[in-house]
Amino acid sequence: MIAEFGQVGLALAGCLALAAAIIGLMPRRMTLAGASQGAVSMVVGQFVFITVSFAALVWCFVTDDFSVAYVANHSNSLLPMQYKVSAVWGGHEGSFLLWILIMCAWMLVLALRGKNYPEGFFTRVLGCMSLLNLGFICFAFFTSNPFERLIPMTPADGSDLNPLLQDFGLIVHPPLLYMGYVGLAVPFAFAVAALMENRVDAAWARWSRPWTNFAWAFLTLGIALGSWWAYYELGWGGWWFWDPVENASFMPWLAATALIHSLAVTEKRGTFKSWTLLLAIAGFSLSLLGAFIVRSGVLTSVHAFAVDPQRGMYILIFLAVVVGGSLTLYGLRAAGQRAYVGFSLMSREFFMLVNNVILVVSLAAVMWGTLSPIGYEALTGDRISIGVPFFNTFFVPLMLLLALAVVMVPVLNWKRTPLQKLKSTFVQALPVAFVLGGIWWFVTEPKYVSVLAALVLALWIVATHARDIWLRSRKSRGLPLAYWGMTTAHLGFAMSIIGIAITATQSIEEDVRMAPQDVSMLGTAEVRFLGVRTVDGPNYQAEQGVFVVTQADGGSFELRPEKRRYLAGGNVMTEAGIQAGFFADTYVSLGEPLDGGAWAVRLHYKPLVRWVWLGALLMAFGGGLAVMDKRYRRLTERRTATVAGAQSAA
Amino acid sequence: MNRASLFIPLGIFCLIMFVGYVGFSLGDRKQLPSALLGKPFPQFEAPLLYNPQQKVSNTDLLGHPTLVNVWATWCPTCKAEHAELLSIAASTDVRLVGVNYKDSIPKALRWLADYGDPYDLVLVDANGALGVELGVYGAPETFLLDAEGNIVYKRVGDVNPRIWRDELAPRLAQMGVYRTPEPETEPASVGSVSMREAHSR
Repeated sequence: MIAEFGQVGLALAGCLALAAAIIGLMPRRMTLAGASQGAVSMVVGQFVFITVSFAALVWCFVTDDFSVAYVANHSNSLLPMQYKVSAVWGGHEGSFLLWILIMCAWMLVLALRGKNYPEGFFTRVLGCMSLLNLGFICFAFFTSNPFERLIPMTPADGSDLNPLLQDFGLIVHPPLLYMGYVGLAVPFAFAVAALMENRVDAAWARWSRPWTNFAWAFLTLGIALGSWWAYYELGWGGWWFWDPVENASFMPWLAATALIHSLAVTEKRGTFKSWTLLLAIAGFSLSLLGAFIVRSGVLTSVHAFAVDPQRGMYILIFLAVVVGGSLTLYGLRAAGQRAYVGFSLMSREFFMLVNNVILVVSLAAVMWGTLSPIGYEALTGDRISIGVPFFNTFFVPLMLLLALAVVMVPVLNWKRTPLQKLKSTFVQALPVAFVLGGIWWFVTEPKYVSVLAALVLALWIVATHARDIWLRSRKSRGLPLAYWGMTTAHLGFAMSIIGIAITATQSIEEDVRMAPQDVSMLGTAEVRFLGVRTVDGPNYQAEQGVFVVTQADGGSFELRPEKRRYLAGGNVMTEAGIQAGFFADTYVSLGEPLDGGAWAVRLHYKPLVRWVWLGALLMAFGGGLAVMDKRYRRLTERRTATVAGAQSAA
Repeated sequence: MNRASLFIPLGIFCLIMFVGYVGFSLGDRKQLPSALLGKPFPQFEAPLLYNPQQKVSNTDLLGHPTLVNVWATWCPTCKAEHAELLSIAASTDVRLVGVNYKDSIPKALRWLADYGDPYDLVLVDANGALGVELGVYGAPETFLLDAEGNIVYKRVGDVNPRIWRDELAPRLAQMGVYRTPEPETEPASVGSVSMREAHSR
């Protein structure tokens, strides 16, 4: 019965979405009085009904209702409670319901902040988002309904959640990632509304900025978490695989990063308007493309959901309508947005342009690498895969160039910069970076020029930003949060570069055969294998290896990697033993048992691997800080002030 | 830069969509363009579920159209398709062979006792060796073999009424082990008789 409530909730939300879309997107001369309030209440209604629907699904999982097909396929009575709840988004249908719930949450927050925007524009934004939501709800309802029943053949027990997904990382990774994906619908809707209302101006850019930053911050967190999860759960010690699903999340991230910068230029200088519009459309379109890649089975991947051609076709048509429609609107309306504002080569505008070009080229490279196997298969019928080398060859030089552009940010003015001002960063910050990079060059083996270049550039970013903070805080007390946000994000970028460069080249990896009491050397540390014992988990049995690692400085710790056999599905999973540290991780994973009580063991020493994710955390934190800036809050106050003024005048 | 250049993004998008569409329509991916399609069933030797001493090999699958269904008790989808398999066993002359995949024998026996046994033969593939040969990546999977032992159709996922109607029934009919029911042979209910009479008048 509860599952049917969920079904009804989904259907009612769909009806409200349809109504809100009609009201919101109606041609202006036909607009009814009170359209804005109507749209707002329908958005609240969508949120309420989807919440009911989602709660019903959670209820089915918590009460082990295996007559619901989705529950039977993704849960088991032995599953611990927290995983029963997270199993709700462990498969295609439920994760899409979560996607819709998050979409409704974004719309709700937007509706509550409606006073900040002109009424006509705001109604358009809600209408556009409701139309998108309608598409999502129809997709869930007609092709991937999580409430379908298995009657009369109700299984006695479920087939269990994929053990890979029984993990803290999975509980939080999809919600964060979807917050980012779906959040990009807000700048998309703002862009569409601005095109429809013919008001692509600085105010539009200022309204879009906090939403874009917020969505981008979530996307950054989601990607970083996914990477961290892959690192400790897949047991290969890698943290990025250029897998199609990872690329699907990385492409919108690149577009959103470009959008954040382009929006800044549009707001401050009134240029790049049509480019900004295009990026806003591209960001969300790439989210949808990602959904298509992940959920249609067009590309095979570790993350792939159950394959269903009907779903793929639906998403493809939806994509064609949404993206095709918005790009047509762009083609028709963006022409009036040309602004001629001059700037010199040594200006923020120019470097923002450089930043945008680099990001878009990177995006094109990732897209080529992800989609060309499909094209190749279409042409020749053979399956190829574009491997890691392709992506790395493109990415390393592009990101180094991007780092060079970031270096210049603190010393550049809008419009033009006197060369005198540029001198300081070359004279003061660059030598510091060179000295530190040089020290690294002399103390480590093996040496790589590209790593040295990355280190010097990253340190240069840090030095020049630190210098800028110092200079500015001497001049004025209380720097704006937007400034702190930007600086934090740039420092996070530098931190990630250092982490990536070092961990990619300085890691030690040993595959060894170890019998109990054997000792292996891992770099300067000594690893002793004590043996394997059997441990019982709540829904698995594990063989747990016990290793004692003694470091060169005498410190020692124990690592307990496991090989788990899950009772319900019989799946075998590797759980790595990791000693995490700010400067290095030691990572041990159990391979296969060999004869004579010995095991194949994989030992890793990974210096600075945490910096990759900590850098991403800093970037996301910076994005969040910028949203908190007073200038976005003042919007409300200013408006209430003018309204109050108008009232008192009347 | 003129107005037309603003449509460049739309053009690029159409190109991407075209590639996506072509890639996507390469085939129903559940009906995998399996490397095995049209090839003989791989060689194997597996014990019988009811009599583990007796081994069966691929020569035992020759001579008659055969439907090989890979199933397991840990697989709820297998339970969902079980009713369909029972009705196939009842309504056709195809030889239905079950491969009990990575499962425990007592559980498999209890399952067949509880839900009914549609199979003419049940093989045990306890360690998944036959599954590897067949390229099985999950249960259930179903293979249709002609009398010469060649794989003519493969289904990944459950055999549901739609798959039966659109994919299996026509092929089985073509092989001569299934007769599409004539309206007359159906147990005619009163309603349908009167309908037909009304129609002929």
